[in-house]
Amino acid sequence: MRDATKTSVAPGSADEATAEPAAPAAPVRDAAKPRSLLQDAVRDLVRKPLFLVSSGIILVLVVMAAFPTLFASADPQLCELGRSLQKPSADAWFGYDARGCDVYARTIHGARTSITVGVLATLGSAVIALLLGLISGFYGRWIDAVISRGIDIVMGIPFLVGAIVILNSFRDEDGFRIGGIWGVLTALTVLGWMSMARIMRSTAMQTKQSDYVTAARSLGASTGRLMFRHVLPNALTPLIVLATISLGVIISAEATLSFLGVGIQEPTISWGVMINQSLGRIRESLHPLLFPAGFVSITVLAFIMLGDAVRDALDPKLR
Amino acid sequence: MGRYVARRLLQMLPVIIGTTFLVFALVTAMGGDPVQNLYGERPVPEGIRAALTAQYHLDDPLPIRYGYYLAGLVQGDFGTSLSGSRPISEMIADAWPETLRIAGIAFAFEMVIGVAAGVMAGMRRGKFLDNLVLLSTLTVIAIPIFVLGQVSQIFLGVKAGIFPVSGTNEGFYSYLLPGLVLGSVSLAYIARLARASVAENLRMDYVRTAKAKGLSPSRITGIHVLRNSLIPVVTYLGADLGSLMGGAIVTERIFNIPGVGYNLFKAIQIEDGPALVGFVTLLVVVYVVMALVVDLLYAVLDPRIRYA
Repeated sequence: MRDATKTSVAPGSADEATAEPAAPAAPVRDAAKPRSLLQDAVRDLVRKPLFLVSSGIILVLVVMAAFPTLFASADPQLCELGRSLQKPSADAWFGYDARGCDVYARTIHGARTSITVGVLATLGSAVIALLLGLISGFYGRWIDAVISRGIDIVMGIPFLVGAIVILNSFRDEDGFRIGGIWGVLTALTVLGWMSMARIMRSTAMQTKQSDYVTAARSLGASTGRLMFRHVLPNALTPLIVLATISLGVIISAEATLSFLGVGIQEPTISWGVMINQSLGRIRESLHPLLFPAGFVSITVLAFIMLGDAVRDALDPKLR
Repeated sequence: MGRYVARRLLQMLPVIIGTTFLVFALVTAMGGDPVQNLYGERPVPEGIRAALTAQYHLDDPLPIRYGYYLAGLVQGDFGTSLSGSRPISEMIADAWPETLRIAGIAFAFEMVIGVAAGVMAGMRRGKFLDNLVLLSTLTVIAIPIFVLGQVSQIFLGVKAGIFPVSGTNEGFYSYLLPGLVLGSVSLAYIARLARASVAENLRMDYVRTAKAKGLSPSRITGIHVLRNSLIPVVTYLGADLGSLMGGAIVTERIFNIPGVGYNLFKAIQIEDGPALVGFVTLLVVVYVVMALVVDLLYAVLDPRIRYA
């Protein structure tokens, strides 16, 4: 749609419109129309310092996760006890931790795990929430009752209890816990979709009653088309906002699971693992804790701010 | 009203049964050998294994074991824990007061400070105080709670010596720091919620009307705005009280408070299924009941909402 708008200023487009009036996405229709809500939102967003700052931070973090060697040349797995707990210096910007590993290199390399877990778990739970919420809100009746009670049931499980129990079942043949990202990813996805599904359900219910949905239905649109072409795009905003905010929360939750000793473990590096390792020695030195914890906090902050900015831009009521 | 409550109570049943069953199934699926776990690396005597297996129906299929559990639960019997064979109701009776103490401190802290900060910020939108509240709440939200707990324990407890470091030997005082840490994150959410709600309500027509009628500013904010803007805050507080009373695994672990969260974690680690399910049942009941209380409070705060 956006591409269509760009080309709409092309001369002669009016003729095209008269030639094929039935084409639903003919460029000229957009030319006559004022900017769409989405375009308004984008225009709003790029002027907002909150959005620019938060998306800038997120961009840097994503690049860091994709190409850690661009930022840090030191080997994150190279640890020498001789330099244990040395303070930040020109060689190692964030100093060394208790085992003599370079904190800066580890923080940079840890970004990949933490951000991958955050993004994948959020995407996974958003997809579950989208489908269940949409089906439940669109169909209503007994389907809604069943799905809603299901949401209530999973929501009743305390997050950490559920996560620990799930993670405990990730074991190799010898019964040792597997400390990779898959367990954490599963736990965070399985236990993270409920509030998003509730939001999706209620917006789908509201949208379903709009006149344009009734109009499409009376024109003979199929259920699938009604659900995915008419209801979904107009009911998606709150889900997107909530997902953005919960991305930060999930990164923090990953760290918490490492703290409890059930999350990601060495040799995988994540911010949670680093924080957990540094906690035992915080009486002596604070910097091995401060940097990874600071990165977690900044990431959480950036996603919360991004969510706020997107909500402000997409919510027509606040205009 | 009575019928509404009755209907809600009935709706609670499938949720409670579903959640406990889910946890029951998860604990079973965790696999492992709970009897062996009691003995560590030592061999388990055959007779004891047989007795324990029979007592806890370990050989029966899952639905039947859950049926046994539910039958006991209805009669008020939470069962006995695998480790130490204590009645779980006794463990709950020991642990819950501990949790309630921290929860009470956390709740009072987040309610008083959170609402006050939020309301003041909302009334002075865009001013220094508002920005201060926004910034500090964001910071608290962004820091993982275990970092907050550990750092405050080291600095306020160990280094400065203001608070007891851990354990519950010093009465009320030993619950103070854990309570403050536990309440801090919710406090931030409450302050932000109250701020947004107050700021929104200040723009409403009824505020202009009240001003036009010549009401004093304190009456407008104190009665009209406050009552209307507290509805979302009360919802949040209610749900939060429900989860606070369910114990805090992280905070209780850091400060060594033998509450519900501490017991939950221990039960998971030694795969003590009966104890875990018992505590989760308590949690779920508390949570669901609190949700009902919140819904009923709505009607008190907002007369437009009525339950038939």
